[in-house]
Amino acid sequence: MKTWERFRKSYLLYSFKRDPIAVVSSVVLALLVGVSLLAPVVAPYNTYDTSTFDIMDAETPPSWMEGGNTDFILGTDIQGRCLLSTMIFGLRVSLLIGCGAVLLQAFIGILFGLFSGYLGGKLDSFLMRITDIQFSIPYLIVAIFTSAIFKLAFGVGRYEDLAIPLLIIIIGVAHWPIYARTVRASVLGEKNKEYVEAARVIGLSRWPIMYRHILPNTMTSVLVISTIQVAEAVMSEAALSFLGLGMPITKPSLGSLIRSGFEYIFSGSWWITFFPGVLLVVFILVILLLGDWLRDVLNPKLYKG
Amino acid sequence: MAHLLEVKDLEVKFALRFGDLTAIDGVSFTLDKREKLGLVGESGAGKSVTGFAIINLLSKPGYISGGKILFEEEEITRLSQEELRDLRGNRISMIFQDPMMTLNPVLTIGTQMVETLMAHQNISQTDAMAVAVEKLRKVYIPSPEKRLSQYPHEFSGGMRQRIVIAIAMLANPSLIIADEPSTALDVTIQAGIMDLLIELCETENMGLILITHDLAVVSQVTEKIAVMYAGKIIEIGPTEIIINKPKHPYTQGLLKSIPGGFQSGTRLNQIPGMMPTLTDIPPGCAFHPRCGVSTAVCEMETPLLVSTGERDQMIACHMLGKV
Amino acid sequence: MPSANGLLDIRNLVKHFDISGGLLDQFRFENGKLVRRRTTVKAVNNVTFNVKPGETFSVVGESGCGKSTLARTILRLYPPNAGEIYYRGKRIDKLTQEKMLPYRAKMQMIFQDPYASLNPRMTVQKTLEEPVYFHNKSISSTEVKERVATVMELVGVDPKWAGRYPHEFSGGQRQRISIARALTVDPEFIVADEPVSALDVSIQAQILNLLMDAQQERGLTYMFITHDLGVVKHISSRVAVMYLGMVCELAPAAELFQTPMHPYTQALLSAIPVIGKLKPKHIQLRGEVPTPINLPSGCVFHGRCLYAKEECREHVPPLREVNTDHFAACFLL
Repeated sequence: MKTWERFRKSYLLYSFKRDPIAVVSSVVLALLVGVSLLAPVVAPYNTYDTSTFDIMDAETPPSWMEGGNTDFILGTDIQGRCLLSTMIFGLRVSLLIGCGAVLLQAFIGILFGLFSGYLGGKLDSFLMRITDIQFSIPYLIVAIFTSAIFKLAFGVGRYEDLAIPLLIIIIGVAHWPIYARTVRASVLGEKNKEYVEAARVIGLSRWPIMYRHILPNTMTSVLVISTIQVAEAVMSEAALSFLGLGMPITKPSLGSLIRSGFEYIFSGSWWITFFPGVLLVVFILVILLLGDWLRDVLNPKLYKG
Repeated sequence: MAHLLEVKDLEVKFALRFGDLTAIDGVSFTLDKREKLGLVGESGAGKSVTGFAIINLLSKPGYISGGKILFEEEEITRLSQEELRDLRGNRISMIFQDPMMTLNPVLTIGTQMVETLMAHQNISQTDAMAVAVEKLRKVYIPSPEKRLSQYPHEFSGGMRQRIVIAIAMLANPSLIIADEPSTALDVTIQAGIMDLLIELCETENMGLILITHDLAVVSQVTEKIAVMYAGKIIEIGPTEIIINKPKHPYTQGLLKSIPGGFQSGTRLNQIPGMMPTLTDIPPGCAFHPRCGVSTAVCEMETPLLVSTGERDQMIACHMLGKV
Repeated sequence: MPSANGLLDIRNLVKHFDISGGLLDQFRFENGKLVRRRTTVKAVNNVTFNVKPGETFSVVGESGCGKSTLARTILRLYPPNAGEIYYRGKRIDKLTQEKMLPYRAKMQMIFQDPYASLNPRMTVQKTLEEPVYFHNKSISSTEVKERVATVMELVGVDPKWAGRYPHEFSGGQRQRISIARALTVDPEFIVADEPVSALDVSIQAQILNLLMDAQQERGLTYMFITHDLGVVKHISSRVAVMYLGMVCELAPAAELFQTPMHPYTQALLSAIPVIGKLKPKHIQLRGEVPTPINLPSGCVFHGRCLYAKEECREHVPPLREVNTDHFAACFLL
């Protein structure tokens, strides 16, 4: 109970309650995440089951418009799937890829940053050069390359099955340098503090010092950039899907939905692009707003205990 | 005779999330031209806050909640921002512990000094530079004309502090508030800075408030000392009397616990416990839980400053004369 | 040969830091030619002294004199560039990390900044347990808890608060916890780097008393690094005065304060404000403190010394005995 007590009286909670943007953002985010995780239960239709939809229903407008019907609240897409359901499943995919990619980024980046920062010397130069090289490669080119080769080698069907892990890997590998740099900067700052010297005087070797002393103290900076990184991963995935390199149309994410509806905007079926687009923007916005608040709260200079 | 500065029952509060806390509770003292006052106390006593309050440099959530400050017989407590700007740097200057708080690392010394002058006075750039050179000479910076085009990092710590003092003196202020000006400096440099401040007070006719925790420095430099504890002045009087014949148990304990000072036995005299934080100030006399001679009345009533009988010395203690 | 009665012996210890930067930073144009220049901070230059068991050996000096670097080099936080370190007659400066372990339990350190010397993410309990577990692989957890409680009581922090984090304590309490951490492994020799400089006067007295009590109870030997001559006067048996990485004077405390022989020591002592005495005119040193990067030739102090002669500029004065047990490095003596 002590941790809970401490949390209740903490500055974090106090600042949170006083910031309307933070409260609203977190409510919206919780709602979106909850709905997307419960997709099979919450969505009106299971869009992965091909038997539940009919191509004849394609391009039905939203229910409040002329030609629409109440079976499909927000209308249907080009394959006849309920747009709302597809959006919910799509959000789940986006969330999955976003979080998965960030976990991968953080894992690689923290390892690089920790070793680079603490061990220093030639290893530091070497690891940082790799980081710089990775940073300089546009992830789009990597994505095009990787998905093209994959499709060629394993066929489109296999690609569709493994799209999610593949995207996680592509986005994860593309953006880990930012974690590496951030953690390295943090490690360099902690390395010279006296509690680390004390640990060395006790006789601890490098590994327990890195793991037990330095790593926990870099977590604040990791947390701060993680929210932005999730937002960015979601955007990257949306961009890739929009370009046709990401999620296939059978298991669409918000980006693929936007793409599929793009060709039909001018023929009148604007809702196929519009609603997924709005959802994507709102989702990313609340993540960024919460991230902003978190960054301010955790800033030690502004922290007032 | 009019005083240069008169502080009467100054009260400063901090508006925090669980209510308003009193940081300075009724502080009063006077300062005359050419007089040097030492405001001493340990960290948390409120001496820096008092210094900031005089020129209203308190940052949120601090604010002046009561009392009056008269500078050259003018009340300055409720001045507008515009009028305060005219006061600060012009007639009252402040020097901080870290010279890099005052000096901008990306501007040359000359630019900073000329800018400051031109902001306060209607003066041409050439004239401003002449004044800057003159002030640098007064603080014993060698070859001041050449130094104007140098950056702060090209000077040592002691020189930087001298430059800060020169900047503080640009507009010929009547009062300088120095907040721990030499704490960050080495002992040999510290001595030079203190000598400089003493000399400048004499030659430039200024008053000095020296805020510090270092009783030794204060005993060498000032004529008057005010000892602060938990937001109040608990002893005030002429320096020789406070140092040699302190009457308040806190001052007495403090002087005895300084190593190398009066004590040369094996164990230092120690005052048990710590100064209370703003949220835990005990009722009655704030010092009573740590005091060796406190009685029941100390717990109930807050003592007021009363004269001890010695010239101009006052203490806030119920045990005056009974110990 | 290390002296027979020394607990710690250091001979000709040198520690330089190479801050030249990368390869490209080292090149610069001088007189139209591309030259490679290395920048070295010569923090500790040829220091020799010994510390006797049970004494409090103080090293004083102003900032930049190398005393903190010296302390850390002795504890092998920095590997020395040259010289020897002996502990109880055994050479320790070249031991592997593994062979060094038993000495680590005997030699501990207390730091200056009470806010940075404790890991903010570890509870006091974990901080104090760590060294015990490390040096006693097969100790039971009950015994560890007991040791932690004992040492916390010894330093005056309530053992009930062991589950708290450092930021919940005041500066003085944190320093006590740091001292407790040093004492949990039952050391013989403690290096204290400015342990009370960051504390208020009344807390300073408490911590100094605590250190002296612990010394008496456990027979500890201290090496005290400080710039506060008042503290030095009060607790030291012997004092070494350092300037730019060299020892200028080494003497028993009382003698140093009564009859300082080196011009730097004299200037230093005259500059400290003493309460209660009207200050005699203090000795004004010429110039500024030079950096340890460009060490002056000969005697490092000659540029600021009022009595410098030709010899002082050309040769480095050796540390010689000028009185019983009183050493000074100056050609004028």
